Parts: sequence; C-alpha cells; structure tokens
Amino acid sequence: MLAAILVMVGIAVVTGLILGWSAIRFKVEGNPLAEKIDAILPQTQCGQCGFPGCRPYAEAIAKGEADINQCPPGGEEGVKKLADLLGIEPKSLDETHGATKPKSVAFIDEQTCIGCTLCIQACPVDAISGAAKQMHTIIAAECTGCELCLPPCPVDCISMVPIAEDLPHWKWKHPVIELKRIA
Amino acid sequence: MSRELHTFKGGVHPPEHKTESNGHPIHAAPLPRKLVIPLRQHIGNPAKPVVEVGDHVKKGQMIAAADGAISVAVHASSSGTVTAIDLQPVPHISGLPDLCITIETDGRDEWIAHAPLDYRTMAPADLRMKLRDLGLAGLGGAVFPTGAKLNPGPTQHCPTLIINGGECEPWITCDDVLMRHHADEILQGVAVMRHLMGSTEILVGIEDNKPEAIAAMQAAADRLDFAVEVIAVPTLYPSGGAKQITEILTGKQVPSGKRSTDVGLQVFNVGTTYALARAVHHGEPLISRLVTVTGHVLRPQNFEVLIGTPMHMLITLAGDRDGTTGVLMGGPMMGMPMPNLDVPVVKATNCLLVKSRELFPPLPKALPCIRCTRCADACPAELQPQELFRFSKVGDFGRAQEYHLFDCIECGCCSYVCPSHIPLVDFYRYAKSEIWAHEKDKRASDLARERHEFRQFRQEREKKEKAEKLAAKAQAKRAELAAEPAAGAPPGSGDADARKALIAAALARAQARKTEVAPKNTDNLSPDTQHEIEEIEARRAKIRELARKPLESKENNT
Ligand code: SF4
Ligand code: SF4
Ligand code: SF4
Ligand code: SF4
Repeated sequence: MLAAILVMVGIAVVTGLILGWSAIRFKVEGNPLAEKIDAILPQTQCGQCGFPGCRPYAEAIAKGEADINQCPPGGEEGVKKLADLLGIEPKSLDETHGATKPKSVAFIDEQTCIGCTLCIQACPVDAISGAAKQMHTIIAAECTGCELCLPPCPVDCISMVPIAEDLPHWKWKHPVIELKRIA
Repeated sequence: MSRELHTFKGGVHPPEHKTESNGHPIHAAPLPRKLVIPLRQHIGNPAKPVVEVGDHVKKGQMIAAADGAISVAVHASSSGTVTAIDLQPVPHISGLPDLCITIETDGRDEWIAHAPLDYRTMAPADLRMKLRDLGLAGLGGAVFPTGAKLNPGPTQHCPTLIINGGECEPWITCDDVLMRHHADEILQGVAVMRHLMGSTEILVGIEDNKPEAIAAMQAAADRLDFAVEVIAVPTLYPSGGAKQITEILTGKQVPSGKRSTDVGLQVFNVGTTYALARAVHHGEPLISRLVTVTGHVLRPQNFEVLIGTPMHMLITLAGDRDGTTGVLMGGPMMGMPMPNLDVPVVKATNCLLVKSRELFPPLPKALPCIRCTRCADACPAELQPQELFRFSKVGDFGRAQEYHLFDCIECGCCSYVCPSHIPLVDFYRYAKSEIWAHEKDKRASDLARERHEFRQFRQEREKKEKAEKLAAKAQAKRAELAAEPAAGAPPGSGDADARKALIAAALARAQARKTEVAPKNTDNLSPDTQHEIEEIEARRAKIRELARKPLESKENNT
C-alpha cells in the first residue's frame, strides 16, 4: 500500500516537474489565439466594433469579453471565419455596430482643403500626407476606408469613394448552372 | 524523325475543323479608319502612354512605354493622329473597359525609321531590353513578355529550345498557315533565340494533322547552318500546351511551381518566333499578327491584322451570315466569349470563332456529378477535376488548392468529357480568381496592420521623448537654482523651496517678456497688404467657427 502511494506520488512529482519546466522552456510570447483572430480581422482599424482598433478587439474576443459579430467591415464572411476558428456557431452581424459597406477609399477635395492637419491625426494607418497649411491628399493604396478622417475635417472636404470594379479587380462570378429536373 | 516520343496522361479528340480555314493564302486585312490600341495586352504592368491627344504618330512609333521588367511597349499600328487616350471596351469576357490609345489613321501607312538589330554584337541584356521596347510578347495565348522569357537564368545556359507548332485547339489555323508560308522567317527567329539562350538542341513540335506545315518547316530547317529537329507529334488535344509538348518531346515534366528553365528548357510559340525575326532582322515592332476567322462565316481564312483593328471588321471581311449566336476569341475549348464586336484585335487574338446554333448547339442542362471520374481520365494535368469542382462550388478554396487547383491549365478536357455537362472550367476560374482576390486583400490588411502598429509605436515614442525632454529641462533648472541661491535659503528646506523658487523665476521671466516691446512686422504696411491680412483674418475666424463644433465633440470624447 505504502509502496503504491509512494510510486504514485513519485510519478506526480516527476510529471509536475516536467510540466513546470516545459511551461517555462516553451513559453509562448503574446497571446496566440488573439494573433489568429487578428489575422482574420480586416485591419480597417475603424473602431466600429467598440474597441480602438482590430488588435484590441481580437484580444477581447480571445478573452471571451466580446462577441464575434461586431465587425462590420469583416462582414458575415468574417464572422463565419471567426466562428470556424473558435469552433462555435456562426451568427449574423450585430446591426448595432453598423452595416457592411462596399469597400471605399477616402478622397480629399483639394480645392477646399485648408491644411488643418486634423485628418492626419485621425488616420490610423498614416494614409494621409500633408503639412500644416498645405493641401492634403490621401494615399489611396494605403487607405483602409475606415472613415475616421471624415468627422474631424472642419470644412467637410473628405468623401468616401467606392472602389469601382475595373479589369485588375474583376473576378469570375460563381457559375450559375441550371440543373435539369429529373421527373 | 527517329526521336522517341513520350505521351502525357489524358487528352481528348475533339473534331478538328482545320480544313475550313487552312487552305487559303494569307490576306492582309485593310487599314481601318480608327485603331483602338489597349495598353494592357500582355502579362505584367500595363504600358504607360508616351504620346498626347493630338500628336501625329507614324506606323511603328512607340505610343506607350514598358513599365518595369515584366511589361512591353505598345506601338502605333499605322500612321495617323491620336484622338483619345481613355477607357474603351477591350476583348475581355467581363465587358469592362480599359485604358486604350485611339488613332485616327491617315491612310498613308507611313513607317517610322527602323533598322535591323545587329544581335550578335549586342549585349544580351540590351537585346532583351530592345525586344521589350519593340513590344514583343508571346503570341501563343499567354502573352508573356518575350524579352523576359529569353533569359536563361543564372546558369546562362538553356540547353533545349522547344518551338511549339502544336496548335492543338480545334478550328484555329493561324500557326499552321504561318508555318506553311513563313517557315524561313520562323527559323531566323529561332537563330536569335538560340543565340540568347545558349541552346544546343532545337526541337520543333508540330501535330501530325499539319503535313504541309511539317514539310515546309523541314525544308527550311535543311537550309540552315545549325541543327533543327522538326518532329511530328500525334494529334491529341492539348498536345500544344507548353507542358504537354515538353513532355511529348523530351519526357520531362516541369514540377509544380517551377519554371521550365529550371529543367533546362524553354518553349516558344511559332508566332512569337516569327515576330522576333521581324523585330531583329527588320527592326519592326509587334504591330500585327495572324488571326483565324472561322466558324459560321462565308469565307473562313487567316488574315494579317493590325493590332487595334475592330473585330467586327474581320467578320464582315470573312462574310458574316445570319444566325450568329456569338463570337469566341480563341477556340472552342479555351476561347472567351466576346461581350461585343467593337473591341479591337490584340496581341493575344489568335482566332475569332463565330458560333451558330448548328455548329455549337446549346449544351444540355447540367446534371449533378455522378463521380464517374471520366474527367480525371481526360485531365492532362493529372488532377482530380471532380474534387476540384466539389471544393470550388462550395467555396472550400483551401482544399481546392491542396488538390493543385493552380496546376489546372483550363484546357477544358474535363468539361468536354463530362457526361453531366457540368461547366467545370468555369468553376476553376471562379475559384482561382477568388483565391487571388483573397491574397490581395490579405496583403492589404497586412500592410494596414503594419502601418497601424508603426503609428502606435511612433506615438508612444513621441510621448516618451517629450516627457524625457521636459524632465531633463526641469532637472537642469533645479540644479541651476540649487547652485545659485544656496547661500540665501536655509539649508534643508528641500524640494518645496526649490519648486517655489522655480515658479518665482518663471513668473519673473514672464513679467520681463511682457514689458519688452514685441517686434512686429505688421507696422508700417502698405494698404494693400493690410487689406490682405484682414481678409485672411476673417477667413481664419470663419474656419475657427466651423471647426469648433467637431473639435469640441472630439475633446469631450478624449
Ligand atoms: S470593426 Fe473596425 S476596428 Fe473593429 S475589428 Fe472590424 S475593422 Fe477592426
Ligand atoms: S484616409 Fe481616412 S478613411 Fe482612409 S484610412 Fe485614413 S482615416 Fe481611414
Ligand atoms: S466527368 Fe462529370 S460527372 Fe463524371 S466525375 Fe467528372 S465531373 Fe463528375
Ligand atoms: S481544365 Fe484543368 S482540371 Fe480540367 S482537364 Fe484541363 S487541366 Fe484538368
């Protein structure tokens, strides 16, 4: 009896040591789940989810503090991917956070711009170039379409322009095949 | 022809329909009144316009320059005036417009000065650049810049050169008649390729349903001072595919994701080789090509067509008939339906196939896949088309890629044999373009993440630097004060006293500044300047007024 207890205790101690050691040795920096969630989020950095950017939202989801359907730019497809990743049932997008809009980029009417730099300070990805009292312009390739530059503009010279479909962006549509009815 | 030939797996035997168009001599299509020349005719970056509206251009003049290494220039196909540089419909299934240069021709067809290239004395890199500037791109279908393809890679040596005269797709005969009538020039182009690639073995593969072309090429080869092997390959679609002809002639397979130069060979279409000969031996840019016009027309034949000629003109020339149900650019297996016939002939246009109900009866409606695997037996890329179809249909692109979706050459053999008449290739094209779009989105979001993180890092750093600067300043001041009034202040009064002294000193400084007369540049101004200043001030006030609201709300938030 005593021998059996000793053996069990011995095994417990040894495994405990191994586990303890590997926890230190193989420690993962950061939060791997949050990383994976962040990789799915669209990185628009618009804050519509109620967090100051995609990364904080990803961390909140990872901690179970936020639902997966709060990101309008990600759309239903994004929710589905998150649900797949987390192994939970997908749900429809939470309307209170906004609706999914067609992808757009901001455009500054350069005649009206007064060079106040307020939009530069608002842009989460530094996609606006300009200096005080100089006309500003948007680097379209870097703009995520987050719309954060719209409210601060004192002269309302920024508008969102949907990205038109052109040849380089054209995609094959899902083929519609009519199935023959077999009576 | 003692060479031992290999076979590729799969393939189909669709009706050939070559004789309709291959027996006639080549006619030059007349000069159209208006040429519309797209700037994106090749793989890679579109060319950049170098002319302006209103400019007069000569035949062969460069009108748009290559942009980067994988790109080629575009040239005026005839002399005339540039009337527009704008979006025009182009031969693409979507019907979307693209940037084109429109030339109103003057009828004189006047050449710009051009001279042969002395390719033997030119540095290979210069020659490749020159070919890029002469607009040379593959005419077999992929339109890959020829100059870039004529690079043997780091080894500077590509032992085998394959000249592809397979032309396996039904109805199309432009390569066939080109070989019949211009065999010598094709082989002159081969000489240039051989020079650039350092090749020792040259194989010309031609399907055995083109005996005249084989004879003409053989005769031309016999007149050369270097060895060229002309080889008849069994007629089997798609033996003219680059990978398939390579396998037939050499038995080598190019591994998935590798380039053909990695296994020591390169494949060129006969049309490309001919264009190269025109470029090198005559200095002519690529401004025309052979186009087969066939199918439901009165006189199916091949035309020598200037790039930019509207397609409807060719069909009228060949004699249009009632009952046309559409036009394909390319053949029946891989061709693309054209949204309208005002679109121009481009470097990729090898054939216009006019359809009718009799020649191309509408496909019966599709049935569900019965998993008979006939498609897999026919697939020359050794894929599992039924599985690719299953995954593409439900959007499981990851699995489709695991099943090597990107090795699919879209040859259409699978759709051709499918007893359920499923348009399988459409699904693969859809899946591929979805995957490309996802990859593009992924790159964009990675960029946004990186820039956002950098911005946060920068803001953090700026905050820290500011704080450090302030701290250092305060420290210095304190030290200064501590040294100065050390005699006056009772020892041990400590920090509080030091701070008091600091504030007193600052106050004194502010006082002193107030009493000083501030220098002004607004005294003694001319009335004009004064007026201007007032205007600016008024504008500022207005802006401040406008700015207040959003600003206040923002301040409340933070
Ligand atoms: S709502 Fe905006 S900030 Fe939030 S995760 Fe989506 S894109 Fe990122
Ligand atoms: S430019 Fe405007 S819309 Fe575009 S990313 Fe910056 S803040 Fe967002
Ligand atoms: S040939 Fe058609 S029906 Fe047969 S397995 Fe392939 S896709 Fe399915
Ligand atoms: S289209 Fe693709 S999948 Fe179908 S037979 Fe050709 S290579 Fe195979």
